[in-house]
Amino acid sequence: MTERRAESATAVTLVLEVPEWPGHLAGQHVDIRLTAEDGYSTQRSYSIASAPDGTRLELTVQRVLGGEVSPYLVDELMPGDQLELRGPVGGWFVWQPEQQEPVLLVAGGSGLVPLMCMIRSRRAAGSRVPFRALYSLRSPAELLYGPEIRQGTPGVDVTHIYTREGPQQSVRPPGRITPDDLARHGWPPDFAPTCYVCGPTAFVEKAAAYLVLLGHDPERVRTERFGGGED
Amino acid sequence: MAIISRGFHGRRPPAGRKLPPGQYETTGFPVLSAGPTPWISTDKWELSVTTETGRRHSWDWTALTKLPSETPTADLHCVTKWSKFGTRWQGVSLDVLLADVETAAEYVLVSSYGGYTTNLPLEDLLDGKAWIAYGYDGRPLAPEHGGPARLLVPHLYLWKSAKWVHGLELRENDTPGFWESAGYHNYGDPWQEQRYRGD
Ligand SMILES: Cc1cc2nc3c(=O)[nH]c(=O)nc-3n(C[C@H](O)[C@H](O)[C@H](O)COP(=O)(O)OP(=O)(O)OC[C@H]3O[C@@H](n4cnc5c(N)ncnc54)[C@H](O)[C@@H]3O)c2cc1C
Repeated sequence: MTERRAESATAVTLVLEVPEWPGHLAGQHVDIRLTAEDGYSTQRSYSIASAPDGTRLELTVQRVLGGEVSPYLVDELMPGDQLELRGPVGGWFVWQPEQQEPVLLVAGGSGLVPLMCMIRSRRAAGSRVPFRALYSLRSPAELLYGPEIRQGTPGVDVTHIYTREGPQQSVRPPGRITPDDLARHGWPPDFAPTCYVCGPTAFVEKAAAYLVLLGHDPERVRTERFGGGED
Repeated sequence: MAIISRGFHGRRPPAGRKLPPGQYETTGFPVLSAGPTPWISTDKWELSVTTETGRRHSWDWTALTKLPSETPTADLHCVTKWSKFGTRWQGVSLDVLLADVETAAEYVLVSSYGGYTTNLPLEDLLDGKAWIAYGYDGRPLAPEHGGPARLLVPHLYLWKSAKWVHGLELRENDTPGFWESAGYHNYGDPWQEQRYRGD
């Protein structure tokens, strides 16, 4: 790891230098393996945040309280430390610059990470396919990639949905994502967008079901469930 | 060759639990699927088995639930690294469903409502190793976990246990399913850590 960047009070971006990295597609993840001194080891998946860029790779990790791996990555891992990783992994939850159809991104919390990779890859590839994104987060303090999102990208519309507390100027009262949010800020189903839905499992279950209810073809709704909330 | 993670201690599984390599234990029941959860009413539900000669056997919901069922307890191992011990199921053994099916096929391509597919050798479904499960923990199986019915093949990574199972095609040749075509291992034995192609 060469660098760490705080993204919010609970998330950091880890910048990795990976010799022989073969490149990746937007939406793919890596498996990280941590090993203790006595040989005990455990693995978790983390999505790639950065557009393909040689041997440099960025991951963004959100701290899950009481978690085994994420607090270590967020709080303990320091530049110069080595990390064992495997990847890129995943061939379904991916966006490729050759795709011509409009794209709808629906992110809950850290589910933004692979979707940000899609936005960044679109920009890097010079694609002009229109993107719309709905980004659900608890409060402005949890915002990931704030400056980059505020700066904006032509052809990418991002709508923030605050579930607990919104900024002062926001008109929408705080609350979980609704079918109305998706209808208002997404694409009409007859535009046949590919929809990418990512975040905590419960969020993905809801948002994906709403998209199908609104008339999107289930085959065009791709999901990545990060876990959480299932106990 | 492992890199020691400076200052990492980790959370060990309770003594006596044996985890496959690279897995960790969860007490929750995570959900993994590639798309939205389909909702299938049991009125319209059907399971079919088609042999390599095209002969088709099928069961509707009433027929399935009338067959003798078993209540296996199984440890689940998901390729996304979690394992869940001692899960309790109710379902019909594939030995029962395939008892009258004449076949010399060696492979099965399983397909689900919603379009999912997965492949496995037929012998992995026989001899008390696999069920069509419709009950979980004393209740009907919930849609996000594959209800009304899913395949349960607990000795392989959980993606082989197709949710919303709809059809089994017995084939002479092996045909890769959804994840198997997307870079995952063709067989998926968690004890050999066969996660991805080439493992
Ligand atoms: C394909 C894939 C890609 C992923 N990409 C990212 C990513 O880019 N950034 C990222 O931060 N995470 C990502 N995750 C989630 C990540 O893999 C871990 O599950 C997460 O960091 C928690 O691990 P832990 O060891 O800290 O917690 P654990 O010790 O595994 O769990 C501790 C407790 O937290 C709960 N929990 C587990 N996961 C979550 C969660 N996501 N949200 C809330 N509660 C949870 C568990 O139910 C448990 O009760 C991804 C997961 C998958 C499957």
